[in-house]
Amino acid sequence: MNQFIAAFAWIFDPAHLSGANGIPVRVGEHVVYTLLTLVIAIAIALPAGLAVGHTGRGKSVVVQISGGLRSLPTLGLVTLLALLVGFGLLAPLIALVILALPPILAGAYAGLESVDRHTIDAARAVGMTEWQILTRVEVPLALPLIIGGIRSACLQVIATWTVAAVLPLGGLGRYILDAIPSLDYSEMLAASILVTVLALVADGVFAIVQRIVTPRGVVAGRVQEVRVKTVRPRSVAGSNLPDRQSS
Amino acid sequence: MSWFWSNFDSIWQLTLDHVELSIPPILIGFVVSIPIAWLANRYRASRGVLLSIAGLLYVIPSLPLFIAMPSLLGTKVLDPINVIVALSIYALALMVRTSADALAAVDGDVRQSATAVGFSGWGRFWGVDLPLAGPVMLAGVRVISVSTVSLVSVGSIVGVSSLGNLFLDGYTKYFPEEIVVGIIGTLLIAVVFDVAIVVAGRLLMPWTRSTRRAARRARSATARAVSAS
Repeated sequence: MNQFIAAFAWIFDPAHLSGANGIPVRVGEHVVYTLLTLVIAIAIALPAGLAVGHTGRGKSVVVQISGGLRSLPTLGLVTLLALLVGFGLLAPLIALVILALPPILAGAYAGLESVDRHTIDAARAVGMTEWQILTRVEVPLALPLIIGGIRSACLQVIATWTVAAVLPLGGLGRYILDAIPSLDYSEMLAASILVTVLALVADGVFAIVQRIVTPRGVVAGRVQEVRVKTVRPRSVAGSNLPDRQSS
Repeated sequence: MSWFWSNFDSIWQLTLDHVELSIPPILIGFVVSIPIAWLANRYRASRGVLLSIAGLLYVIPSLPLFIAMPSLLGTKVLDPINVIVALSIYALALMVRTSADALAAVDGDVRQSATAVGFSGWGRFWGVDLPLAGPVMLAGVRVISVSTVSLVSVGSIVGVSSLGNLFLDGYTKYFPEEIVVGIIGTLLIAVVFDVAIVVAGRLLMPWTRSTRRAARRARSATARAVSAS
């Protein structure tokens, strides 16, 4: 516990609250890097995931690609691209975008797949175009899962920008990597606390967004467990009701 | 390639270290997730609490968690135990959700039938619920296996030996080949683990042998687990 007290003392030390290596600057860098990565990754993965989810083509390819990309070791990709592309922000940015793709892709695909086929057929039957079906039926219903994919991509990106500080970069990982050679544990722990808080805040923001964007119909459907009830045929004189399918 | 062969012994040693660090978190994550998932489905309140805790644990970034471990466990900063415990926490956090969903998805009619033919609660869990939840849980184990193998290399930043050493060493020496060898090695470990898990699944659950429906279910389970990881 003493170590945590020392870490908090480090965080609230006035010397660490200002200047180019101050906590506000490092947090700002971390946030900007993360947002930049997310915007690029979303621009690539979301359309691809929606296309696959809507058409149903290339499902297994998407799952395999997203699984395969996930097994790439972060640290290896970051260091390799730094040597190949050169120092600066570009190399880690490419590496992090690659790593952010799988959850977004999988979220978009799993979201669309979770939409009831009957709903889509109904939308088609009332004359919606494919584009309308996608934007007005499938995406709104799939939005919680789509945002969920972006949420986990965001957390992963925050975590990986910390690791990426093995390169000469800003962000909160800088403190950790600078403290490792001298084994300055309170600085390492302080930076770890800051990154964790940043991740928790980001997660909270996404949780709120996820709640806001969820269509009311989806919320209403989620409250009650969908249980198959046996439909008792009512005996109505003179009518010949067909048996309802229990599906 | 000459670098590879002249350093083969040390690369092989790092590969073994990597494997040794990867196996315990995967096993712990899988095994411990089962009772927790059971508890999560048993009571309405426990489900929300347990799944929220699992979700929060997964939010903690990897490198900070490695660093926080010594102050929580009282270990030394460079102890491999830190990495193993931290990765077990991740594996567990991810696996609890998959296992809980898998167990909850078991058909209510089947469970009632099992009770009707005389299964006790305990026997039904092991004999009916768990086998039926198996294919989805298998998809979850494959995901935690891949992510654990890939995260182990981050441990080399805090001085725990694995193939990740090749990344840091190759970077400081400006030697891409060494990094590429490390990446390929990590991918190979991930593939070997994946094949082993799939084969184990086939042996333990012979009835799942690739029907189209089972393949579809497994695929969507994987997509969900990846999007949540």
